[in-house]
Amino acid sequence: MYKLGIDVGGTNTDAVLIDENLRVVASVKRHTTPDAYDGILDAVRSVLEESGVDRREIGQAMLGTTQCTNAIVERRHLAPIGVLRLGAPASVGIPPMVDWAPDLKAIAVDSAVIGGGFEYDGKELAPLDEDEARRFFTGLKEKGVRSVAISCVFSTVRADHEKAAAALCREVMGEDVHISISSEIGSMGLIERENATILNAALYQVAQSFTEGFARSLADLGVTNAQIYLSQNDGTLMTMDYARRYPILTIACGPTNSIRGASYLSRLRDAIVIDVGGTTTDLGVIQHGFPRESGVAVTIGGVRTNFRMPDVISIGLGGGSIVRQHPDGTVTVGPDSVGYRITEEALCFDGSVCTATDIAVRLGMADLGDRSRVMHLDEAFARKAMETITALAEDAIDAMKVSSDDVDVILVGGGCLILPPKLAGARTVVKHPEGGVANAIGSAISKVSGTYEQLVDYHQLPREQALERAKAGAVRLAVEAGAIRETVEIVDVEDVPLQYYPGNTCRVKVKAAGDLA
Amino acid sequence: MRKIGIAEIEDIALGAALLGAGGGGDPYVGKLVAIGAVQQHGPVTLLEPDEVPDDALVVPIAMMGAPTILGEKAVGGGEYQTLYDAVSSFYGKPIYAFMPIEAGGVNSMLPIAAAARLGLPLVDVDGMGRAFPELQMVTFTIGGGSATPMALVDEKGNSCIFRTITNKWTEELARAVTMACGGSVSVSLYAMEGAFMKRYGVKGIVTRSQMLGSAIRKVKETSQGTPEEEFLRITEGFKLFRGKIGDVLREVRGGFNFGKVLLEGISEYKGRQAYVEFQNENLTVTVDGELLCTTPDLICLVDTETFTPVPTDALKYGKRVLVVGLKCFPLWRTKEGLDLVGPRYFGVDTDYIPLEERCKGGRG
Repeated sequence: MYKLGIDVGGTNTDAVLIDENLRVVASVKRHTTPDAYDGILDAVRSVLEESGVDRREIGQAMLGTTQCTNAIVERRHLAPIGVLRLGAPASVGIPPMVDWAPDLKAIAVDSAVIGGGFEYDGKELAPLDEDEARRFFTGLKEKGVRSVAISCVFSTVRADHEKAAAALCREVMGEDVHISISSEIGSMGLIERENATILNAALYQVAQSFTEGFARSLADLGVTNAQIYLSQNDGTLMTMDYARRYPILTIACGPTNSIRGASYLSRLRDAIVIDVGGTTTDLGVIQHGFPRESGVAVTIGGVRTNFRMPDVISIGLGGGSIVRQHPDGTVTVGPDSVGYRITEEALCFDGSVCTATDIAVRLGMADLGDRSRVMHLDEAFARKAMETITALAEDAIDAMKVSSDDVDVILVGGGCLILPPKLAGARTVVKHPEGGVANAIGSAISKVSGTYEQLVDYHQLPREQALERAKAGAVRLAVEAGAIRETVEIVDVEDVPLQYYPGNTCRVKVKAAGDLA
Repeated sequence: MRKIGIAEIEDIALGAALLGAGGGGDPYVGKLVAIGAVQQHGPVTLLEPDEVPDDALVVPIAMMGAPTILGEKAVGGGEYQTLYDAVSSFYGKPIYAFMPIEAGGVNSMLPIAAAARLGLPLVDVDGMGRAFPELQMVTFTIGGGSATPMALVDEKGNSCIFRTITNKWTEELARAVTMACGGSVSVSLYAMEGAFMKRYGVKGIVTRSQMLGSAIRKVKETSQGTPEEEFLRITEGFKLFRGKIGDVLREVRGGFNFGKVLLEGISEYKGRQAYVEFQNENLTVTVDGELLCTTPDLICLVDTETFTPVPTDALKYGKRVLVVGLKCFPLWRTKEGLDLVGPRYFGVDTDYIPLEERCKGGRG
């Protein structure tokens, strides 16, 4: 039985084949095509040919894709939607999408804020205005809308109104209507949570097209026995059906897959992962085997959201970064880059631009292209450039650390040959021969997870009991997502006291993950 | 007199984050409340303090409660009419204009929404010129003004006005009512006549916020000097330190965030050490053992690249910040002012020495 992992990035589509002992059997890198489908087809066909594996023996196929991010940023293929908020008389002062760019705001065919919602302690703020909800859904139906975003004040504390409104929506608009509810998508902070829910609703056609496209490309290549999964941005997998309901959870799964793949290859469960590409370098943190989540609001295509995202920073340094000597003697590296044209433009590939890769080749750190083409570079200049490259990486490592203690660092990505084997702040620096396709490996080895989050007053429910209840909830959600119950482990427990709340109110959040059935 | 629209609100919010001096709350939700009101009702008229008649009733608007709850419930929009009705019937005269009580953080934004929704003007004035943590810490206290009669209203339409014997009672009662109403309410406090506002208020502060916000937004477009020089020139700021956060020590006591952030010098400050102490807002900066700035002068930490203000709750290891001192409103430097907001009030055992004197030794 084999696993097939695919990662569709902005530039490259990578594919790997992994056996049942999680060893890499074959890996390829191909260019991403505008419709993604041909690139996937090409990469999968190549990896199958390279390995010679019987395609009927592939039991699982995992896809990580940037298509949702692209759709939002480029405003393409987004579906017309309805936006309903339950919360009047509260929250009316901020209408939905109030600060969105007009072109993106245009996806909402209609929006309304109606009676409903809760107080911070779960008391009802206002009864759900069912008549108004019905009227709104009827109007959407008449306009031919097929996807609805529903948010509600304090739905993170109680989701009953959102669920009741969703049931009404199905009753009025039909069972096949696509409904996104905010309590299943975002966290505390109504506007950011609502924004994420709206984006999720608008992505349903994109999700439908890439899930179907992936299934079709596998079938066309004779991979007929594989169960299909999609990568989420927390380093776990979801089923096709789940991906269609929560497409927004695929956003930023690329860096996440790199982080998980790096952790797997190096056998480190706690480390900083540096993924060096052609133009930029992403840094993320692996914590107990999973990527660290960002604690701050994340902006996507100009929209501020608060759904979970990996804590990743990007710096303008890559294998193709352009190196320049300035009149005052200083040497700069990037942020501009020759990017994917490196194999034509870099000095070591007979080009005329001095790149970070050329510096590494000149200093004997890498064996790539034609070394004689870079030997004319002054060694002092090359060393200065390497100091700049090293400082950029070291500053970024520092920014990801939570204390001044040294940490383990894993280097992956096609451009990682430009970094030296020793970095300040790093206890160890690890590289792996398969590091170039760490993202596709991360996609192939992923588990499935469930996350349970609730506000609890420890004066009413003691901490021990609250945590037990949350753990049971997380395990249940992981199993519902497709995990084998016996393999499910609790991977993260967090309880944060909330200032200004009465009693001893804490936000309890537990995540569980297990192997695929 | 001029108009404030959405572009101006964006800049005022960014400037307000700087004037928050580490506290004041994230102006983001407040900004959306102001934008929502202006989108619906049109731009707000901003009056210079001297354009307000001496006997006109001017009412500061603010929110009270937990910022996280404001982040869920925002405001309904009807609160300001309820406040208007309660306050004007109490005083037996119409409200002439609204104003902010503090220029820093979320409370810089809500009076703009109130003014837009009721079609009243906003006055270019506040009672702090920055943000402070306690109710009595306004310039109006120096003039003998009182926070009460204070009106509280919630989004459901409940309202009350109370008069108290001390500020402590005001805090007590306000907290109880706020919690009963769902944890976040709109309030009016320190209602005053035009003459009093002109005498004790920090004039021109809304315009200053806007100018600071616009400067931060455009700092990289400068043609003369570095972005940092440009930033210091426009803010009239004193550069106190540039460093990387090495550690943040925090403690929550009595509803306040206390803490200390340790900084290791970078670039021209390499090898040097500094720390900033805070209680919601930043209180002191000490560089190599020498105190360089204390409250009530403003201590602002900004990102070294973008110059965006970094509030105390976003301080974390590894972040690179520029520490900048800004001169406070002159009235804070009087004995009465220092009794309210000077270093000793916050438990820092030192005399207040103005920022520009402490920094005379060639710094800045």
